[in-house]
Amino acid sequence: MSLSGSQGSGQPIAPIAAVNDFVVKFANVNGSGSASANLLFAKSILRMGVPIAPRNIFPSNIQGLPTWYELRVSEAGHLGRRGGVDMMVAMNPQTWDKDVQEIEPGGYLFYDCTKPLPSSKFRADVRVIGMPLTGICNERYTDPRQRQLFKNIVYVGALSALIGVELDVVSQLIGEQYKGKEKLLKPNIEALKLGHDWAMANLEPVGLRVVRSDRVGDRIFVEGNAAAALGAVYGGATVCAWYPITPSTSTAEAFMKHCSKLRVDPETGKNRFAIIQAEDEIASIGIVVGAGWNGARAFTCTSGPGISLMQEFIGLAYFAEIPAVIVDVQRGGPSTGMPTRTQQSDILLCAYASHGDTRHVLLFPEDPKECFDFGATSFDLAERLQTPIFLMLDLDIGMNERLCEPFTWDDSRSMDRGKVLHHARLEDGAAFGRYLDVDGDGITWRTYPGAHPTKGSYFTRGTTKDRMARYSEAGPDYIENMTRLQRKFDTAKGLVPGPIIRMAAGPTPVGVLYYGSTAPAMNEALEAFEADGVHIDAIRVRAFPFSAEVEQFIAEHDCVFVVEQNRDSQLRSLLVNELEIDPKRLPPIVHYDGTPITARFIVRTIGAKLGAIAAPERVLGREEARP
Amino acid sequence: MTYIAKPQFHHPGLPKNALGYTRRDYEGAVSTLCAGCGHDSISAAIIQACFDLDIQPHRVAKLSGIGCSSKTPAYFLGNSHGFNTVHGRMPSVLTGANLANRELVYLGVSGDGDSASIGIGQFVHAIRRGVNMVYIVENNGVYGLTKGQFSATADKGSKSKKGASNADTPIDLVMLAMELGATYVARSFSGDKEQLVPLIKGAIAHRGAAFIDVVSPCVAFNNHPGSTKSYDYVRAHNEAVNSLDIISPREEITARYPAGTAAMVTLHDGSQMLLKKLAEDYEPRDKIAAMQFLMKHSAAGQVVTGLLYAEDDSDDLHEHIGTVLAPLNTLGDAELCPGSRALAGINAGLR
Ligand SMILES: Cc1ncc(C[n+]2csc(CCOP(=O)(O)OP(=O)(O)O)c2C)c(N)n1
Ligand code: SF4
Ligand SMILES: [Mg+2]
Repeated sequence: MSLSGSQGSGQPIAPIAAVNDFVVKFANVNGSGSASANLLFAKSILRMGVPIAPRNIFPSNIQGLPTWYELRVSEAGHLGRRGGVDMMVAMNPQTWDKDVQEIEPGGYLFYDCTKPLPSSKFRADVRVIGMPLTGICNERYTDPRQRQLFKNIVYVGALSALIGVELDVVSQLIGEQYKGKEKLLKPNIEALKLGHDWAMANLEPVGLRVVRSDRVGDRIFVEGNAAAALGAVYGGATVCAWYPITPSTSTAEAFMKHCSKLRVDPETGKNRFAIIQAEDEIASIGIVVGAGWNGARAFTCTSGPGISLMQEFIGLAYFAEIPAVIVDVQRGGPSTGMPTRTQQSDILLCAYASHGDTRHVLLFPEDPKECFDFGATSFDLAERLQTPIFLMLDLDIGMNERLCEPFTWDDSRSMDRGKVLHHARLEDGAAFGRYLDVDGDGITWRTYPGAHPTKGSYFTRGTTKDRMARYSEAGPDYIENMTRLQRKFDTAKGLVPGPIIRMAAGPTPVGVLYYGSTAPAMNEALEAFEADGVHIDAIRVRAFPFSAEVEQFIAEHDCVFVVEQNRDSQLRSLLVNELEIDPKRLPPIVHYDGTPITARFIVRTIGAKLGAIAAPERVLGREEARP
Repeated sequence: MTYIAKPQFHHPGLPKNALGYTRRDYEGAVSTLCAGCGHDSISAAIIQACFDLDIQPHRVAKLSGIGCSSKTPAYFLGNSHGFNTVHGRMPSVLTGANLANRELVYLGVSGDGDSASIGIGQFVHAIRRGVNMVYIVENNGVYGLTKGQFSATADKGSKSKKGASNADTPIDLVMLAMELGATYVARSFSGDKEQLVPLIKGAIAHRGAAFIDVVSPCVAFNNHPGSTKSYDYVRAHNEAVNSLDIISPREEITARYPAGTAAMVTLHDGSQMLLKKLAEDYEPRDKIAAMQFLMKHSAAGQVVTGLLYAEDDSDDLHEHIGTVLAPLNTLGDAELCPGSRALAGINAGLR
């Protein structure tokens, strides 16, 4: 039975031929066990030295709904979503039509041909590869569960044969996965071979090929949430309070896992950490505030709806000056919105969280490596600045495994516990006024409860107080306090991670500003522009408040595109508001359908704007663009 | 982490406790509550209890929500750190503080509005978790600070100052606390210092979630005829089921009680709790019988007070989650940061 070859009618089209540069998408049913098989396939390619960028596209449901795994293979190391699909592994009849539609002309459709489908279900310009997966598995296995589970491994075996993934590599990964569980190892290897051998005997190879390369180096492959949680361990967090919400849940779960390995006292078996699954997000942040007030490093992780609930406490932490770290893994809002899709839409919510005049420090990691780094640093910042720090992830970074530089740690580094007067200094007669700005940087000294019998105690409150922390309703006390808080925020500018600037090959009045998970798509887009001779300088903002370089970069360009993954160009609003920039000089580029932004989108939209205004050098002359 | 204070100079005649502190060392700022407000009597009882138990004032952390009742931590234990949090959310902040340093005494002060309405969720969950704390609700049946609206503990049919009748079923925080697993539950009356002080002492000595509902009349908005939280009503309907004595480890037990009328329990800190029966049929270690008694008597309009429920071998949140004995806020880089070697291993597992 030969099932390869085109089944549709119409004129043939040249099949896509690509080596180490293509997109395979798996269309599965949620809960069918496909996730680990797909990951296995992806990791095998990685082990062959070829960079990959996988993305889970999943529903807010446990079982039965469609789910996709989009795997980009990119020798060049492009880790953003590319858009388009070269090969669809269509395992879900529910989404068949849409999935088939998505394939690029000349692409491939791999499917389970046990039950024949009418030719109208196929496309003439797509090469169809049928494999009777159900038939093969029904013949080989009697247990219905095994039939389902091994079907996934069987197709991994077949795909490996088709595109040249080395079987030894896949086998080794299975071996690592089932180390010590020999009972499971053997049948998995068998299923892999079953699929592989069937494909070798019955299918023709496709134009998509993986060949060994050396482009991965010592990079690691990890989810941002797990990386941020590891950063919290290295950053000295001891208290975590959280309430489950996608896409942040795996941050708390990872913290739990890391701690159980890294933070158990070897002598007593007791925990050097406390994790509370709270009753809601209000309690989560309350616990964090209480722990921070009492001198422990504490964090919560949540997503937009949780941040909405935390507003009152965030204001308290700002005003009473209590360290706290809040990991916000952003998803599509407003309301329940798109709970399993990605967005950068909590920027303004977090920057100005709570009633009254507030401003908060936000950090924007671009990948898991920075999730780890900023995760650790956020605790230093929180204690140094005595204020909430928001670590702004999103679903794209948080819940997808991403290739990134390995984690590093300088063992000479120690926690910056900030300005704390302990017993000895109080005893030595250090003057203490909780809200007294002795150093002029807006940051005042604090004491921990229980530090000294007669010195250093004070009453913490969300009401206005004077410098000595005494209740006050006096206008001047209030104003002094609020201006000092603003001074402290200015101090933060010099402490937060600065932007990363990337200058084009030639001088240009055009810039682009972006942040967070937009980075890989932007890197690719910038390469494409440069290859076309279009010069665009780029700045990746890594924190709010904006440091002086951000202001300078914008000042040095006539037009700076601000690229974001939300509808309202929220970071742009922040730039306009905080730096008093003429909005006309900051054209917004927004992508907000819930899928990760692509290089194609950036090139198309910015390209169109540049095209529409012709050569940017001429039209956006410096004089003209200046207010 | 424990430092003994050098007491300040005071009038030589003032009595001192074992640490050399006078009662004044446990006082706070001058109260700004209405004259006659029940809450001030509770502050006085807290001061007395801490003085009697020889607690170092700075080893207490006092936390509250928002309300007249929640203001009171400013009026006692002036050498303690205090935290006036947000409305109804003291329990979570206290929980976090307790996680950070398990060595302090945590005293949470709240109101009936603070704990039974906006904060009931946090009340419920802090109790469930067995946070080691003394949780006092100063219960006046109204929102004092916002000028006298009914709270969720106001009895059905009780009258507001303006004459409106409350139609809603009241929440009995004592019953709720018992059901949720509080290991020390009491009710008292701000006007009965004799009863209240030992109950607070017992709660401090207790390990785990200790809850005390103190009926505390609001003279400004809920002390009129028709109110069931007025001084007159509570005096007329107070039914104390037992009386408590807390004897510190260094004290000698002098009183003699006829067999069967008193029970002695050794508390976590070594002090002795002497419980004297007033109601023949009340047994504070039998939760089901106690709850039955409470329901029956409160249906009859009685305010049942005393130590209503206690577990002797109680434990707390830290034991449940297995934290180290050292306060988490004292752990340093060596204990917390796994270092670059461990990280290399982690990196290797991610390739
Ligand atoms: C979020 C929020 N909502 C409303 C208020 C207004 N408020 C302040 S105190 C209070 C009620 C306090 O009642 P209770 O806890 O019984 O204290 P009491 O004054 O009676 O002692 C209310 C509703 C507030 N501070 N915060
Ligand atoms: S209003 Fe009521 S509760 Fe508030 S201080 Fe006055 S008497 Fe006390
Ligand atoms: Mg009240």
